[in-house]
Amino acid sequence: METLLSYIPLDIALIVDNFDRFMYGVWVTLNLTFLALLLGGLLAIPMAIARASKHPVFNPLIQIYTYVFRGTPLLVQTYLIYYGVGQFDVIRNSWLWDPVLSSAWWCALIAFTLNTAAYTTELLRGAIADTPTGEVEAAIATGHSYRSRMRRIILPSAFRRAIPAYSNEVIFMLHGSVIASTITLQDILGVGRWLNGRYYLAYEGFITAAVLYFLIVLCITWAFRWFERRYLRHLIRRSEGETPDITPAPVA
Amino acid sequence: MDLILEYQSQLIDGTLMTIKLALTSLVIALLFGLLGAWAKLSSNRLARRLAGAYTTIVRGVPDLVLILLVFYGGQVTLNNVGVMTGMWGYVEVSQFAAGASTIGVIFGAYFTETFRGAIMAIPPGQIEAGISCGMSRSLIFRHIIWPQMVRYALPGFTNNWLVQLKTTALVSVIGLQDLVYNAFTAGRSTGQLFTFMAAAFVIYLMLTGISDLALRALERHYSRGVVRAR
Repeated sequence: METLLSYIPLDIALIVDNFDRFMYGVWVTLNLTFLALLLGGLLAIPMAIARASKHPVFNPLIQIYTYVFRGTPLLVQTYLIYYGVGQFDVIRNSWLWDPVLSSAWWCALIAFTLNTAAYTTELLRGAIADTPTGEVEAAIATGHSYRSRMRRIILPSAFRRAIPAYSNEVIFMLHGSVIASTITLQDILGVGRWLNGRYYLAYEGFITAAVLYFLIVLCITWAFRWFERRYLRHLIRRSEGETPDITPAPVA
Repeated sequence: MDLILEYQSQLIDGTLMTIKLALTSLVIALLFGLLGAWAKLSSNRLARRLAGAYTTIVRGVPDLVLILLVFYGGQVTLNNVGVMTGMWGYVEVSQFAAGASTIGVIFGAYFTETFRGAIMAIPPGQIEAGISCGMSRSLIFRHIIWPQMVRYALPGFTNNWLVQLKTTALVSVIGLQDLVYNAFTAGRSTGQLFTFMAAAFVIYLMLTGISDLALRALERHYSRGVVRAR
Protein backbone atom coordinates (compact mmCIF):
# COMPACT_ATOMS: atom_id res chain seq x y z
CA MET A 1 0.00 0.00 0.00
CA GLU A 2 2.78 2.41 0.93
CA THR A 3 4.61 1.78 -2.33
CA LEU A 4 1.38 2.13 -4.26
CA LEU A 5 0.65 5.47 -2.66
CA SER A 6 4.11 6.79 -3.46
CA TYR A 7 3.28 6.56 -7.15
CA ILE A 8 0.41 9.00 -6.79
CA PRO A 9 1.81 12.52 -6.92
CA LEU A 10 -0.77 13.73 -4.41
CA ASP A 11 -0.36 14.19 -0.69
CA ILE A 12 -3.02 11.63 0.24
CA ALA A 13 -2.32 12.01 3.96
CA LEU A 14 -3.22 15.69 3.77
CA ILE A 15 -6.53 14.90 2.10
CA VAL A 16 -7.28 12.22 4.70
CA ASP A 17 -6.40 14.65 7.51
CA ASN A 18 -8.84 17.19 6.14
CA PHE A 19 -11.49 14.69 5.17
CA ASP A 20 -14.01 15.82 7.78
CA ARG A 21 -13.59 19.37 6.49
CA PHE A 22 -14.44 18.17 3.00
CA MET A 23 -17.43 16.26 4.34
CA TYR A 24 -18.65 19.44 5.97
CA GLY A 25 -18.16 21.13 2.59
CA VAL A 26 -20.31 18.44 0.96
CA TRP A 27 -23.00 19.15 3.53
CA VAL A 28 -22.89 22.91 2.85
CA THR A 29 -23.01 22.37 -0.92
CA LEU A 30 -25.88 19.89 -0.82
CA ASN A 31 -27.77 21.95 1.71
CA LEU A 32 -27.55 25.14 -0.34
CA THR A 33 -28.21 23.45 -3.68
CA PHE A 34 -31.25 21.45 -2.63
CA LEU A 35 -32.80 24.18 -0.49
CA ALA A 36 -32.48 26.57 -3.44
CA LEU A 37 -33.95 23.95 -5.78
CA LEU A 38 -36.84 23.31 -3.42
CA LEU A 39 -37.70 26.97 -2.86
CA GLY A 40 -37.05 27.86 -6.51
CA GLY A 41 -39.25 24.98 -7.63
CA LEU A 42 -42.08 26.07 -5.36
CA LEU A 43 -41.84 29.62 -6.72
CA ALA A 44 -41.65 28.36 -10.29
CA ILE A 45 -44.92 26.38 -10.30
CA PRO A 46 -47.33 29.32 -9.97
CA MET A 47 -45.15 31.47 -12.21
CA ALA A 48 -45.11 28.80 -14.91
CA ILE A 49 -48.91 28.48 -14.73
CA ALA A 50 -49.27 32.25 -15.04
CA ARG A 51 -46.90 32.26 -18.02
CA ALA A 52 -48.58 29.34 -19.77
CA SER A 53 -52.09 30.69 -19.28
CA LYS A 54 -50.93 34.13 -20.54
CA HIS A 55 -52.21 36.05 -17.53
CA PRO A 56 -52.53 39.67 -18.73
CA VAL A 57 -50.64 41.21 -15.77
CA PHE A 58 -48.35 38.50 -14.40
CA ASN A 59 -47.22 36.97 -17.69
CA PRO A 60 -45.23 40.00 -18.94
CA LEU A 61 -43.85 40.68 -15.45
CA ILE A 62 -42.67 37.10 -15.00
CA GLN A 63 -41.29 37.07 -18.51
CA ILE A 64 -39.15 40.10 -17.71
CA TYR A 65 -37.99 38.44 -14.50
CA THR A 66 -36.95 35.19 -16.20
CA TYR A 67 -35.32 37.07 -19.07
CA VAL A 68 -33.23 39.18 -16.71
CA PHE A 69 -32.17 36.30 -14.46
CA ARG A 70 -31.39 33.99 -17.34
CA GLY A 71 -29.45 36.67 -19.19
CA THR A 72 -26.94 37.53 -16.48
CA PRO A 73 -24.27 35.47 -14.70
CA LEU A 74 -25.16 33.91 -11.36
CA LEU A 75 -21.91 35.35 -9.99
CA VAL A 76 -23.09 38.91 -10.68
CA GLN A 77 -26.50 38.17 -9.15
CA THR A 78 -24.87 36.80 -6.01
CA TYR A 79 -22.46 39.74 -5.71
CA LEU A 80 -25.31 42.19 -6.26
CA ILE A 81 -27.18 40.74 -3.30
CA TYR A 82 -24.26 39.99 -0.97
CA TYR A 83 -22.06 43.04 -1.58
CA GLY A 84 -24.53 45.42 -3.17
CA VAL A 85 -27.49 45.55 -0.84
CA GLY A 86 -25.38 46.87 2.05
CA GLN A 87 -24.99 50.14 0.17
CA PHE A 88 -28.43 51.26 1.35
CA ASP A 89 -28.77 52.52 4.91
CA VAL A 90 -32.48 51.73 4.89
CA ILE A 91 -31.69 48.04 4.56
CA ARG A 92 -28.71 48.16 6.91
CA ASN A 93 -30.90 49.55 9.65
CA SER A 94 -33.87 47.27 9.03
CA TRP A 95 -34.64 43.96 10.69
CA LEU A 96 -33.70 42.18 7.47
CA TRP A 97 -30.05 43.11 7.76
CA ASP A 98 -28.87 41.34 10.84
CA PRO A 99 -30.08 37.79 10.51
CA VAL A 100 -30.49 37.66 6.73
CA LEU A 101 -28.84 40.05 4.32
CA SER A 102 -25.52 40.40 6.15
CA SER A 103 -25.00 36.64 6.12
CA ALA A 104 -23.25 35.05 3.16
CA TRP A 105 -25.29 31.87 3.52
CA TRP A 106 -28.63 33.64 3.23
CA CYS A 107 -27.46 35.81 0.34
CA ALA A 108 -26.24 32.75 -1.56
CA LEU A 109 -29.54 30.99 -0.89
CA ILE A 110 -31.57 33.99 -2.12
CA ALA A 111 -29.48 34.41 -5.27
CA PHE A 112 -29.53 30.68 -6.10
CA THR A 113 -33.28 30.45 -5.45
CA LEU A 114 -34.10 33.39 -7.71
CA ASN A 115 -31.80 32.01 -10.40
CA THR A 116 -33.13 28.47 -10.43
CA ALA A 117 -36.72 29.72 -10.17
CA ALA A 118 -36.23 31.66 -13.42
CA TYR A 119 -34.89 28.64 -15.30
CA THR A 120 -37.45 26.25 -13.82
CA THR A 121 -40.33 28.59 -14.69
CA GLU A 122 -39.41 28.58 -18.37
CA LEU A 123 -38.83 24.84 -18.33
CA LEU A 124 -42.23 24.15 -16.77
CA ARG A 125 -43.94 26.66 -19.02
CA GLY A 126 -42.63 24.72 -22.00
CA ALA A 127 -43.83 21.44 -20.51
CA ILE A 128 -47.31 22.87 -19.83
CA ALA A 129 -47.52 24.35 -23.32
CA ASP A 130 -46.62 20.94 -24.77
CA THR A 131 -49.69 19.28 -23.27
CA PRO A 132 -51.49 17.51 -26.14
CA THR A 133 -54.53 19.55 -27.15
CA GLY A 134 -56.70 16.43 -27.12
CA GLU A 135 -56.09 15.87 -23.41
CA VAL A 136 -57.20 19.41 -22.59
CA GLU A 137 -60.22 19.12 -24.89
CA ALA A 138 -61.20 15.83 -23.29
CA ALA A 139 -60.94 17.43 -19.85
CA ILE A 140 -63.16 20.32 -20.95
CA ALA A 141 -65.65 17.91 -22.53
CA THR A 142 -65.94 15.95 -19.30
CA GLY A 143 -66.73 19.12 -17.41
CA HIS A 144 -63.43 19.88 -15.69
CA SER A 145 -63.08 23.47 -14.55
CA TYR A 146 -59.84 25.34 -15.31
CA ARG A 147 -58.48 24.65 -11.81
CA SER A 148 -59.38 21.02 -11.84
CA ARG A 149 -57.97 20.28 -15.26
CA MET A 150 -54.76 22.10 -14.34
CA ARG A 151 -54.45 20.06 -11.14
CA ARG A 152 -55.58 16.70 -12.47
CA ILE A 153 -54.67 16.62 -16.15
CA ILE A 154 -52.15 19.24 -17.19
CA LEU A 155 -49.72 19.50 -14.27
CA PRO A 156 -49.20 15.77 -13.61
CA SER A 157 -48.23 15.11 -17.20
CA ALA A 158 -46.28 18.38 -17.50
CA PHE A 159 -44.19 17.49 -14.45
CA ARG A 160 -43.39 14.13 -16.02
CA ARG A 161 -42.42 15.68 -19.32
CA ALA A 162 -40.18 18.14 -17.47
CA ILE A 163 -38.14 15.46 -15.65
CA PRO A 164 -35.33 15.05 -18.22
CA ALA A 165 -34.82 18.80 -18.61
CA TYR A 166 -35.08 19.31 -14.87
CA SER A 167 -32.25 16.84 -14.24
CA ASN A 168 -30.05 19.21 -16.24
CA GLU A 169 -31.21 22.13 -14.13
CA VAL A 170 -30.37 20.24 -10.93
CA ILE A 171 -26.85 19.51 -12.16
CA PHE A 172 -26.40 23.10 -13.29
CA MET A 173 -27.54 24.38 -9.93
CA LEU A 174 -25.00 22.09 -8.25
CA HIS A 175 -22.33 23.44 -10.59
CA GLY A 176 -23.49 26.98 -9.91
CA SER A 177 -23.34 26.48 -6.16
CA VAL A 178 -19.52 26.75 -6.30
CA ILE A 179 -20.14 30.49 -6.40
CA ALA A 180 -20.84 30.24 -2.67
CA SER A 181 -17.10 29.79 -2.19
CA THR A 182 -16.48 33.26 -3.67
CA ILE A 183 -18.48 34.89 -0.90
CA THR A 184 -16.52 33.23 1.94
CA LEU A 185 -18.67 30.11 2.39
CA GLN A 186 -16.89 26.81 3.06
CA ASP A 187 -18.62 24.60 0.53
CA ILE A 188 -16.68 21.81 -1.24
CA LEU A 189 -14.75 24.24 -3.40
CA GLY A 190 -14.35 26.57 -0.41
CA VAL A 191 -12.47 23.82 1.43
CA GLY A 192 -10.36 23.18 -1.67
CA ARG A 193 -9.46 26.84 -1.90
CA TRP A 194 -8.70 26.96 1.81
CA LEU A 195 -6.30 24.04 1.40
CA ASN A 196 -4.67 25.74 -1.58
CA GLY A 197 -4.27 29.00 0.28
CA ARG A 198 -2.90 27.40 3.41
CA TYR A 199 -0.42 24.83 2.06
CA TYR A 200 0.01 26.17 -1.48
CA LEU A 201 -1.00 22.75 -2.80
CA ALA A 202 -3.35 23.23 -5.73
CA TYR A 203 -3.91 19.61 -6.72
CA GLU A 204 -4.87 18.19 -3.34
CA GLY A 205 -7.64 20.69 -2.76
CA PHE A 206 -9.02 21.12 -6.25
CA ILE A 207 -8.77 17.51 -7.44
CA THR A 208 -10.51 16.30 -4.27
CA ALA A 209 -13.21 18.92 -4.88
CA ALA A 210 -13.53 17.89 -8.54
CA VAL A 211 -13.90 14.21 -7.58
CA LEU A 212 -16.51 15.00 -4.93
CA TYR A 213 -18.57 17.11 -7.36
CA PHE A 214 -18.27 14.41 -9.99
CA LEU A 215 -19.55 11.78 -7.55
CA ILE A 216 -22.52 13.97 -6.62
CA VAL A 217 -23.33 14.51 -10.32
CA LEU A 218 -23.20 10.73 -10.82
CA CYS A 219 -25.62 10.19 -7.93
CA ILE A 220 -28.01 12.82 -9.31
CA THR A 221 -27.84 11.22 -12.77
CA TRP A 222 -28.61 7.79 -11.30
CA ALA A 223 -31.45 9.17 -9.22
CA PHE A 224 -33.04 10.81 -12.24
CA ARG A 225 -32.58 7.65 -14.31
CA TRP A 226 -34.52 5.77 -11.68
CA PHE A 227 -37.10 8.54 -11.59
CA GLU A 228 -37.51 8.51 -15.35
CA ARG A 229 -37.83 4.74 -15.45
CA ARG A 230 -40.54 4.98 -12.84
CA TYR A 231 -42.53 8.00 -14.02
CA LEU A 232 -41.87 7.93 -17.74
CA ARG A 233 -42.40 4.20 -18.04
CA HIS A 234 -45.23 4.66 -20.54
CA LEU A 235 -42.82 6.44 -22.90
CA ILE A 236 -40.17 3.73 -23.02
CA ARG A 237 -40.22 1.77 -26.24
CA ARG A 238 -39.76 -1.90 -25.55
CA SER A 239 -37.35 -2.66 -28.35
CA GLU A 240 -35.00 0.17 -27.44
CA GLY A 241 -31.92 -1.25 -25.81
CA GLU A 242 -29.86 1.89 -25.91
CA THR A 243 -29.80 4.04 -22.79
CA PRO A 244 -30.39 7.72 -23.50
CA ASP A 245 -27.58 10.19 -22.94
CA ILE A 246 -28.64 12.25 -19.97
CA THR A 247 -25.43 14.08 -19.25
CA PRO A 248 -26.35 17.74 -18.96
CA ALA A 249 -26.58 20.20 -21.81
CA PRO A 250 -26.45 23.88 -20.93
CA VAL A 251 -29.62 25.91 -20.90
CA ALA A 252 -29.50 29.59 -21.69
CA MET B 1 -25.05 57.86 -12.44
CA ASP B 2 -22.29 60.47 -12.26
CA LEU B 3 -20.10 57.92 -10.52
CA ILE B 4 -20.60 55.42 -13.31
CA LEU B 5 -19.62 58.06 -15.87
CA GLU B 6 -16.54 58.81 -13.80
CA TYR B 7 -15.51 55.16 -13.86
CA GLN B 8 -16.79 54.45 -17.35
CA SER B 9 -13.35 53.74 -18.79
CA GLN B 10 -12.88 50.93 -16.23
CA LEU B 11 -16.25 49.47 -17.11
CA ILE B 12 -15.59 49.71 -20.84
CA ASP B 13 -12.16 48.08 -20.44
CA GLY B 14 -13.75 45.31 -18.42
CA THR B 15 -16.49 44.79 -20.99
CA LEU B 16 -13.92 44.59 -23.79
CA MET B 17 -11.90 42.07 -21.76
CA THR B 18 -15.01 39.96 -21.20
CA ILE B 19 -15.80 40.00 -24.92
CA LYS B 20 -12.20 39.16 -25.81
CA LEU B 21 -12.14 36.27 -23.36
CA ALA B 22 -15.50 34.95 -24.55
CA LEU B 23 -14.47 35.07 -28.22
CA THR B 24 -11.06 33.47 -27.59
CA SER B 25 -12.59 30.65 -25.61
CA LEU B 26 -15.30 30.28 -28.28
CA VAL B 27 -12.64 29.62 -30.93
CA ILE B 28 -11.02 26.99 -28.69
CA ALA B 29 -14.42 25.47 -27.91
CA LEU B 30 -15.35 25.23 -31.60
CA LEU B 31 -12.07 23.46 -32.38
CA PHE B 32 -12.54 21.00 -29.52
CA GLY B 33 -16.18 20.57 -30.47
CA LEU B 34 -15.41 19.67 -34.10
CA LEU B 35 -12.60 17.38 -32.99
CA GLY B 36 -14.84 15.74 -30.40
CA ALA B 37 -17.73 15.28 -32.85
CA TRP B 38 -15.34 13.78 -35.40
CA ALA B 39 -13.97 11.40 -32.74
CA LYS B 40 -17.44 10.41 -31.52
CA LEU B 41 -18.60 9.64 -35.06
CA SER B 42 -15.40 7.91 -36.14
CA SER B 43 -15.13 4.18 -36.63
CA ASN B 44 -12.12 4.06 -34.32
CA ARG B 45 -13.16 2.64 -30.98
CA LEU B 46 -10.38 4.30 -28.99
CA ALA B 47 -11.29 7.72 -30.40
CA ARG B 48 -14.93 7.18 -29.44
CA ARG B 49 -13.97 6.12 -25.93
CA LEU B 50 -11.64 9.09 -25.45
CA ALA B 51 -14.26 11.55 -26.68
CA GLY B 52 -16.87 9.95 -24.42
CA ALA B 53 -14.60 10.24 -21.38
CA TYR B 54 -13.80 13.86 -22.28
CA THR B 55 -17.43 14.95 -22.48
CA THR B 56 -18.49 13.01 -19.37
CA ILE B 57 -15.68 14.23 -17.12
CA VAL B 58 -15.74 17.84 -18.26
CA ARG B 59 -19.50 18.09 -17.87
CA GLY B 60 -19.47 16.45 -14.44
CA VAL B 61 -17.17 18.96 -12.76
CA PRO B 62 -18.09 22.62 -12.12
CA ASP B 63 -16.36 25.22 -14.31
CA LEU B 64 -14.80 27.18 -11.47
CA VAL B 65 -13.14 24.06 -10.02
CA LEU B 66 -11.46 23.39 -13.36
CA ILE B 67 -10.47 27.04 -13.80
CA LEU B 68 -8.80 27.13 -10.37
CA LEU B 69 -7.20 23.73 -10.97
CA VAL B 70 -5.67 24.88 -14.25
CA PHE B 71 -4.66 28.30 -12.96
CA TYR B 72 -2.98 27.19 -9.72
CA GLY B 73 -2.11 23.61 -10.64
CA GLY B 74 -1.05 24.31 -14.21
CA GLN B 75 1.63 26.70 -13.04
CA VAL B 76 3.12 24.13 -10.63
CA THR B 77 3.11 21.41 -13.29
CA LEU B 78 4.56 23.62 -16.00
CA ASN B 79 7.41 24.65 -13.72
CA ASN B 80 8.05 21.10 -12.55
CA VAL B 81 8.22 19.91 -16.14
CA GLY B 82 10.48 22.86 -16.94
CA VAL B 83 12.87 21.92 -14.11
CA MET B 84 12.83 18.23 -15.04
CA THR B 85 13.49 18.70 -18.73
CA GLY B 86 15.48 21.91 -18.43
CA MET B 87 13.67 23.23 -21.46
CA TRP B 88 12.30 26.41 -19.91
CA GLY B 89 12.80 28.50 -16.83
CA TYR B 90 10.17 29.92 -14.49
CA VAL B 91 6.88 30.47 -16.27
CA GLU B 92 3.75 32.14 -15.04
CA VAL B 93 0.31 31.12 -16.29
CA SER B 94 -1.62 34.27 -17.07
CA GLN B 95 -5.20 34.57 -15.89
CA PHE B 96 -6.32 35.11 -19.45
CA ALA B 97 -4.60 31.99 -20.78
CA ALA B 98 -5.87 29.82 -17.93
CA GLY B 99 -9.42 31.17 -18.22
CA ALA B 100 -9.70 31.08 -22.02
CA SER B 101 -8.22 27.59 -22.35
CA THR B 102 -10.28 26.07 -19.52
CA ILE B 103 -13.58 27.60 -20.62
CA GLY B 104 -12.75 26.65 -24.20
CA VAL B 105 -12.14 23.02 -23.29
CA ILE B 106 -15.26 22.88 -21.09
CA PHE B 107 -17.56 24.25 -23.77
CA GLY B 108 -15.82 22.12 -26.38
CA ALA B 109 -17.58 19.22 -24.67
CA TYR B 110 -20.98 20.87 -25.16
CA PHE B 111 -20.19 21.79 -28.76
CA THR B 112 -19.16 18.16 -29.36
CA GLU B 113 -22.74 17.11 -28.71
CA THR B 114 -24.16 19.99 -30.76
CA PHE B 115 -22.04 19.18 -33.81
CA ARG B 116 -22.51 15.44 -33.48
CA GLY B 117 -26.28 15.88 -33.49
CA ALA B 118 -26.12 18.30 -36.42
CA ILE B 119 -24.03 15.98 -38.60
CA MET B 120 -26.21 12.99 -37.72
CA ALA B 121 -29.33 14.96 -38.68
CA ILE B 122 -28.25 15.14 -42.33
CA PRO B 123 -29.88 12.26 -44.24
CA PRO B 124 -27.14 9.96 -45.59
CA GLY B 125 -29.09 9.63 -48.82
CA GLN B 126 -28.21 13.21 -49.71
CA ILE B 127 -24.49 12.52 -49.39
CA GLU B 128 -24.89 9.33 -51.42
CA ALA B 129 -26.78 11.32 -54.04
CA GLY B 130 -23.90 13.78 -54.15
CA ILE B 131 -21.41 10.96 -54.67
CA SER B 132 -23.49 9.39 -57.42
CA CYS B 133 -23.68 12.75 -59.20
CA GLY B 134 -19.91 12.77 -59.23
CA MET B 135 -19.42 15.59 -56.69
CA SER B 136 -16.02 15.82 -55.07
CA ARG B 137 -15.68 15.51 -51.27
CA SER B 138 -15.11 19.21 -50.80
CA LEU B 139 -18.06 20.06 -53.03
CA ILE B 140 -20.26 17.71 -51.01
CA PHE B 141 -19.09 19.35 -47.81
CA ARG B 142 -19.60 22.90 -49.09
CA HIS B 143 -22.94 22.38 -50.82
CA ILE B 144 -24.64 19.59 -48.89
CA ILE B 145 -23.17 19.12 -45.40
CA TRP B 146 -22.16 22.65 -44.36
CA PRO B 147 -25.39 24.60 -45.07
CA GLN B 148 -27.51 22.00 -43.30
CA MET B 149 -25.05 21.41 -40.46
CA VAL B 150 -25.09 25.14 -39.70
CA ARG B 151 -28.87 25.13 -39.63
CA TYR B 152 -29.11 22.12 -37.33
CA ALA B 153 -26.28 23.32 -35.08
CA LEU B 154 -27.35 26.96 -34.72
CA PRO B 155 -29.95 26.60 -31.94
CA GLY B 156 -27.45 24.58 -29.88
CA PHE B 157 -24.72 27.04 -30.75
CA THR B 158 -26.83 29.99 -29.54
CA ASN B 159 -27.54 28.19 -26.29
CA ASN B 160 -23.89 27.24 -25.69
CA TRP B 161 -22.62 30.70 -26.54
CA LEU B 162 -25.01 32.43 -24.11
CA VAL B 163 -23.99 30.09 -21.28
CA GLN B 164 -20.32 30.49 -22.19
CA LEU B 165 -20.56 34.27 -22.20
CA LYS B 166 -22.01 34.19 -18.69
CA THR B 167 -19.44 31.65 -17.53
CA THR B 168 -16.58 34.02 -18.36
CA ALA B 169 -17.64 36.05 -15.29
CA LEU B 170 -16.03 33.33 -13.14
CA VAL B 171 -12.56 34.27 -14.38
CA SER B 172 -12.75 37.39 -12.21
CA VAL B 173 -12.23 35.01 -9.26
CA ILE B 174 -8.64 34.34 -10.37
CA GLY B 175 -8.08 38.07 -10.83
CA LEU B 176 -8.55 38.70 -14.54
CA GLN B 177 -9.66 42.31 -14.94
CA ASP B 178 -12.93 41.58 -16.69
CA LEU B 179 -16.27 43.32 -16.28
CA VAL B 180 -17.08 41.78 -12.88
CA TYR B 181 -13.61 42.46 -11.48
CA ASN B 182 -13.50 46.07 -12.63
CA ALA B 183 -17.04 46.81 -11.49
CA PHE B 184 -16.23 45.26 -8.12
CA THR B 185 -13.04 47.27 -7.56
CA ALA B 186 -14.75 50.48 -8.68
CA GLY B 187 -17.64 49.77 -6.33
CA ARG B 188 -15.34 48.94 -3.47
CA SER B 189 -13.25 52.11 -3.80
CA THR B 190 -16.34 54.34 -3.97
CA GLY B 191 -18.41 52.41 -1.43
CA GLN B 192 -21.17 52.09 -4.02
CA LEU B 193 -21.04 48.38 -4.72
CA PHE B 194 -24.71 48.12 -5.62
CA THR B 195 -24.47 50.83 -8.27
CA PHE B 196 -21.50 49.21 -9.98
CA MET B 197 -22.67 45.62 -9.73
CA ALA B 198 -26.01 46.76 -11.16
CA ALA B 199 -24.12 48.40 -14.02
CA ALA B 200 -22.28 45.13 -14.70
CA PHE B 201 -25.62 43.31 -14.49
CA VAL B 202 -27.12 45.58 -17.16
CA ILE B 203 -24.06 45.29 -19.41
CA TYR B 204 -24.22 41.48 -19.27
CA LEU B 205 -27.91 41.65 -20.06
CA MET B 206 -27.13 43.81 -23.10
CA LEU B 207 -24.40 41.43 -24.27
CA THR B 208 -26.63 38.36 -24.02
CA GLY B 209 -29.60 40.24 -25.50
CA ILE B 210 -27.63 41.43 -28.54
CA SER B 211 -26.11 37.96 -29.09
CA ASP B 212 -29.54 36.40 -28.86
CA LEU B 213 -31.04 38.75 -31.44
CA ALA B 214 -28.11 38.43 -33.83
CA LEU B 215 -28.00 34.65 -33.66
CA ARG B 216 -31.74 34.40 -34.17
CA ALA B 217 -31.43 36.49 -37.31
CA LEU B 218 -28.73 34.08 -38.46
CA GLU B 219 -30.99 31.13 -37.67
CA ARG B 220 -33.68 32.67 -39.85
CA HIS B 221 -31.13 33.19 -42.61
CA TYR B 222 -30.05 29.55 -42.58
CA SER B 223 -33.62 28.27 -42.27
CA ARG B 224 -34.81 29.91 -45.50
CA GLY B 225 -36.74 27.40 -47.50
CA VAL B 226 -37.65 25.28 -44.51
CA VAL B 227 -41.38 25.06 -43.99
CA ARG B 228 -42.36 24.91 -40.36
CA ALA B 229 -45.49 23.03 -39.38
CA ARG B 230 -47.74 25.24 -37.35
